[in-house]
Formats: sequence, C-alpha cells, structure tokens
Amino acid sequence: MAAGVAAWLPFARAAAIGWMPVANLPMPVAPTNKNKHQDELIILNVSGRRFQTWRNTLDRYPDTLLGSSEKEFFFNEETREYFFDRDPDVFRSILNFYRTGKLHYPRYECISAYDEELAFFGIIPEIISDCCYEEYKDRKRENTERLMDDLEDNKDSKLPNMTFRETMWRAFENPHTSTMALVFYYVTGFFIAISVITNVVETVPCGSMPNQRDIPCGERYTEAFFCMDTACVMIFTVEYLMRLFAAPSRYRFMRSVMSIIDVVAILPYYIGLVMTNNEDVSGAFVTLRVFRVFRIFKFSRHSQGLRILGYTLKSCASELGFLLFSLTMAIIIFATVMFYAEKGSSSSKFTSIPASFWYTIVTMTTLGYGDMVPKTIAGKIFGSICSLSGVLVIALPVPVIVSNFSRIYHQNQRADKRRAQKKARLARMRISKSGSSTAFLHSKRNGLNQSLELTGSLEEDQQMKKTTSLLESQHHHLLHCLEKTTNHEFVDERLYEQGYLQTALQNFPSRSPSLSSEEGITGTCCSRRTKKNIQPLSATHTHSHTHNLQELSALHIQCGEQQPLNTSRSSLNLMSDESGSLNCKSSGLVTTAIISIPTPPSNNSRASPDAPPLPNPDAPPLLNPGTDVVKISAL
Amino acid sequence: MGVVLGTFSMHTKQVTFRADKIDDELEMTMVCHRPEGLEQLEAQTNFTKQELQVLYRGFKNECPSGVVNEETFKHIYAQFFPHGDASTYAHYLFNAFDTRNNGSIKFEDFVMGLSTLLRGTVRDKLEWTFHLYDINRDGLINKEEMTEIVRAIYDMMGKYTYPALKGDVPKQHVDAFFEKMDKNKDGVVTLEEFVLACQEDENMMRSMQLFENVM
Repeated sequence: MAAGVAAWLPFARAAAIGWMPVANLPMPVAPTNKNKHQDELIILNVSGRRFQTWRNTLDRYPDTLLGSSEKEFFFNEETREYFFDRDPDVFRSILNFYRTGKLHYPRYECISAYDEELAFFGIIPEIISDCCYEEYKDRKRENTERLMDDLEDNKDSKLPNMTFRETMWRAFENPHTSTMALVFYYVTGFFIAISVITNVVETVPCGSMPNQRDIPCGERYTEAFFCMDTACVMIFTVEYLMRLFAAPSRYRFMRSVMSIIDVVAILPYYIGLVMTNNEDVSGAFVTLRVFRVFRIFKFSRHSQGLRILGYTLKSCASELGFLLFSLTMAIIIFATVMFYAEKGSSSSKFTSIPASFWYTIVTMTTLGYGDMVPKTIAGKIFGSICSLSGVLVIALPVPVIVSNFSRIYHQNQRADKRRAQKKARLARMRISKSGSSTAFLHSKRNGLNQSLELTGSLEEDQQMKKTTSLLESQHHHLLHCLEKTTNHEFVDERLYEQGYLQTALQNFPSRSPSLSSEEGITGTCCSRRTKKNIQPLSATHTHSHTHNLQELSALHIQCGEQQPLNTSRSSLNLMSDESGSLNCKSSGLVTTAIISIPTPPSNNSRASPDAPPLPNPDAPPLLNPGTDVVKISAL
Repeated sequence: MGVVLGTFSMHTKQVTFRADKIDDELEMTMVCHRPEGLEQLEAQTNFTKQELQVLYRGFKNECPSGVVNEETFKHIYAQFFPHGDASTYAHYLFNAFDTRNNGSIKFEDFVMGLSTLLRGTVRDKLEWTFHLYDINRDGLINKEEMTEIVRAIYDMMGKYTYPALKGDVPKQHVDAFFEKMDKNKDGVVTLEEFVLACQEDENMMRSMQLFENVM
C-alpha cells in the first residue's frame, strides 16, 4: 500500500460495510486508535532552517529515521523541536519524499553528499522516482568509475600472496604494472610489425637476375626471409604458450577471439614445416600463407581503438546485415533487368544474371570500370536508372549507418540503464506490493489475528509483541474482514500450489493409509486442537519461502501412517502398525503445519449459535465432523 | 532503400502517438473543482471541522483537481487490495458514491457518503448498502445483481487463497444470502425485506458498528 493513499484508508474501511450483509462469519475486532490525539504539527530544525509538517506525514514510512521512533533521539526538550545537524538543502528533497511519495534527486547536488544524507535518514536510493533516477544512476556510475580508477592507480603494491601465474596474467593484461610487462609488450609489438612488413616485402620484386625477369624478394633471399619468419613465429609461439599457462581459465582463453587469431597466425608456418616440398599440396600451402596476414590483428591487443571498432561493428551487425540484404535485393533486381535488356544484342558481355551482378555492383557504387557496358537502348536506359538509384541506395544509408554507430553505442548504454531501472522498478513495486500482502500474511501467522473476534478477547490484544503501526493494523483488519466475508483466506503463492496439490487428493472418502506421499504431502491433518492460540511450536519464524516449501513437503500428516518422508523436523509419533485409525489422539505434536483452515461452525464452540451452516463444499471432506477440529498455524 | 523507408515510417508513428497523449493530459488538468465552505459541509454532514480537514487533505493529495474520476478511484482502492483485482467492486462503490451520476465524485459527494457510512443511523447505513447492491437502481435486488457483487468481492481475494476458490462458491454465497433476505421468496429483495433481515441478524448489527471509530 503506497503511503500516499494512507489518507484514504478510512474510506476503504467505511466501504467495507458493503460486505457485511454478504458475510456469514463474524468480523474480527477492529484495532483501536489508542492515541486519539489530533494530528499535530512537528517542527524539524535542520541546521537552523525550520521545516514543519504533520506527524502523520512522517509516519507514512515507518522504516526510515523520521518515520520511526529513532527521531526521538534528536528531540530537543527546551525548544520542543527535532534538531538535525545536516544539510538543509538536501533535507528539502527528503521531506518532499514524505509529502509526495516521490524522491527526487536535485542535479546540482554532489552525488556522494546526497548518498550520505539518504543513508543517514534511512532511505534507500532505489526509490528515487523515474524522472530523476537515470540522472542519479549516471552520476553514481561516473563516481564509482572515478573511484575505481583512483584505486587502480594506487594499486602499486601487489597482493603479497598472488601466485606467479596470477602475476603473469596481470602482466599480460595490463602492461603498465611492471617494467618487465612493458618490455614484453613492446617486444611483441615490434615483432608483429616486423612480421607484417616481412610478409609485405617478400612479394616486392627486387632486382633481377641477368637472364630472368623480376623475381620477388622472397624467392631471392629465401633463407633470410625464412629466418625472419622462424624468429617471429618462435616469439609468437612462446608468447601464446605463456598466455595459455597464465590464463585463469584456460578453456575460456582458448575460445577467445585473440587466442584464435594467435593460433591462426602461427599455424601456417608449422603446417609448412610439416609439409615438405610435396608438389601436390604446395599449392594449398601457398594459400595458407595468406593467413599470415592475420598477424596484423594481433595489434588489437596493443590498440584500444581497434578493440572499440571491433565491438561497435559487432553491435551494429544487424544494421549492417540489413543494409547488405537490401543492397543484395537491389543488385538482383537490376542484374535481372539488365540481363534481359541486353539479351538481344550480339556479343554482349551480359552472358548470365550472375555475370550481370558485377556490372550492377560496379555501376551502383559509381565505380564504373567500363569492362561491361550496355549496348541496347533499353539496356542503357536501365543502366542509367541503375546508376542513379545506386547513388541513392549507397549514399543515403551511409550517414544512417554512421549515426547508427553513435546511436547504437549510446543506446546500448541507455538500454542497459533502462533494463536495470526496469528491473529495479519492478523489484521495488514487487517489494512494496508483497510487503503489504506478505505483511498481512505474516501478521496472521504470528497468531495476532486469529483470536480476535467480535466478542473480543482483550488479553490477546495485550499480547501483541510486534508493534505494527496503527495504519498497518487497520489495513490488516480490513483484509481480515474480507477474508471473513468470503470465508476464504489469503495465502502465499507457494502454499497455494501445495494446497492445490492437496485438493487433488481430496477424493478419498476415508483416511486410509494408502494415501500416497508421492508429492510429499498427504491429506489433512487430524491433530488435536491444542489451544485457542496455536503458538508455533517451532521457534523459527522464517520468512523465506523456500523454507516454507520444505516444511510443507515435510508435513507429516497421517498419524497412523508410516511415511518414508525424509523429514527431520516432524516429530510425530509414528505408530508403526496402526492402519488408518481416525482418532489420532496419540499423535504427537505437529511441528510443521500448513495454513489454518476455516473452522466449520458446527464444530466451532466459539461461533455464535445462530450462524448459518457454511455453504462451503470446499472444506476438505476428509474432515470428519466427529473429530476435533483442526487448527494449525503455519510457521 | 527499404531500410530508409522503414525507419521513416516508424518515426512518424511515434510522433503521432506522443501528440495524442499530450492532448489527453491537457484535458484532464483543465477540470478543477473547489468544495463549498467548511461550515456548510459541517452542517450537512456529521463530521467535525477537524475531521473534514483531515479528509480533505487526503482527498486533495490524491486528486489535486478536486474531482475523482473512476480510473483514479479504482487505482486508489486497488492499492488496499494488492492480492486480487479490486476494480469491479471499486466500480460499484464509485457508482454508489456518485449520487449525481455524472462520472466523477466531488469532495462533497465523498464526504456525504462517508458521513452516512461512519456517522449515520443504522437505517441509513443499510439503505446505503442496499443502494450499493442495487446496480440498476430499480429498487430491487435480484439474483444477478447480487451475484455480480459477490463475484466482485471474491475477485478482491485474488488467486491465492485457501481453500482454493472454485467457480460455484460465489453462487452458493448468493443462494445463502437470498435464503436469509428474501422473506416472501419472490426472487427479489426489496429495501424493507433487506432492512428487516439485517436488523434481525445480530452478527451483522455488530459488524456494522465495527467501523464506528474509523475516523
């Protein structure tokens, strides 16, 4: 329940009169307003600036400093006001949160100062409203990044117990950590450059033998180039092996892009070594040398910009793919048209549609080599249309792609932000929603509401250990009235699932021990009703739902039955050979339990005698009216 | 080319959508209403001045324009029942409060209704409840209307209840209700039958007094 509508609670409670004629059960007693004083103004003095508000406004959020009794620590007796020695500007936003239910983040405030104030007043930053949340998160992230950068700069001292392997990995990933790493970084960079230059120079024709045409340098100085290549490959191999050794997760390292590039860069050499001058495969071997050019990609470890480019290309892949697809469509269309247009002319170069692809591409990209030209008039017309549309097709998407780059880059960041926001927002809403609903369920389980009835039993009132606020107790009373009206109870989602399974077993007319325990639960319990208030016998008031689930599945029910339940929590006395005795008087105490089920009025000695019989066929038919009525409370 | 056309068409769609929303919001903020004076309201209802002040503050907080329309009303009421769907019952409540049948509740209507519910005589409360149940305002409650109301109440419970809600539970509830209320067994409940039956039911009388000290 949002605290903003707390003022409407009296209305909601008044409207509950509409349920009264429909209800068949007596209603629980309403919580009394013990302190009947009128709503009063309280003064909050924050470093000299006085703020005034109603006490009720602050009571809306009882889990913050101002809403709880914690503010009494700051109460100044002489001046009868609450004094806080904090920043009054930030306090303005905080007080507005109580008034409007929305927490705003003022842009001019420093993020860490704001965080400190929020922490002091016990407000979690996640409830900042959507209008200011993005700004807050941006600033917060910048701040944490800056702090982390500072931390890293100061991280000169290595952790004393870093293994050699970890040191090596750190040296590889971040060359600035030590001089050794820096040396290594530059050496590998140098050798990559050398290797690439060698590959390039290898093919340059240098000088000519007197009786031969120009031969490339590679064939002239074979040994020299071979030595260079060997040296480079040795260095790369050593580097790769060292990285492989130092990697924290070798499998992941081997799958990473950079390591694949490394492998591809050095593999041709080894393959070349293995395959000697076998004429058949040397042709294929020569093509393998092409892969040596991949060594240039090793530079991306050295250049941040290359990595960013690669990442952006990857993230724009869909855009690029779509552009390619539309281009392909245009090419096919025009190639087909040109082919059929030029079919008539003799000695036409447009021998087939695929052959026309080349013409289309060259024309559309305005290259215009001129190796293929249309000769017929129709061909020329379509050719000109092709080149004009080529201008449009190519020129228009290019700025779109460029802006796509920047848009997608920023959008990715904003999408992540929004996703996190949405998750946080949904979590917030779920928390507040489940907070109010589970709060009611919890207060029920604590046995506070069970014994409250119209005839009133005031001693239970005094047993209220938990101090729920008046607002909460009134809201819970309202929900309790609704339960009584409809004669059904609110339960947790998981308990509902269990109950659903249970009703599936309801069709057994008798409680024979053949009730299986496949799902882990069997029929209803038949323990003796111990007292009016069933205090939970196990002391753990766990609120975790998985725990409840375990408890349910461990629920021990059929007292006379020997269940192979692997439960350690139940301490029911298992009578080994009792076969389905209905009077389970000798059953021990139930430690685990389900939810309390509505007591049929015929068995309920507390109910007023003239209450009409419950029209509730859903009461588990296993309940024999003769036995004692069950009343089990959940843990 | 297809890409370009696609992006352009998408863009125009978004723009028009935004324009519509802005118009709607402008419309809503135009309507504004201020209640009559405090003394007059105090005279017309059974509340004291302080109580009216508290009520108005809460009212104005949620509805700064001074009137509640059905959407806001349902939204507010739904906050109290997070488990289930309170919109149907809120709809009937809205109609019960909206005595002038013009689709909005002013503060006066709100306070009058509350005054009847919280400070009125038993007869007044029962009459108010009768009018809540009488959906079509014909002075009689028939089985269909009652089924609607009971179903709306059960909707507020939501899905996760124990025992699990079966489909015919509301119907049986309605049958029990008619058993109790319909004295001459003619299938409809008149106001007199209703008031008589309720006054005979001690439980109900006690329940009605439950909410005396709400304010």
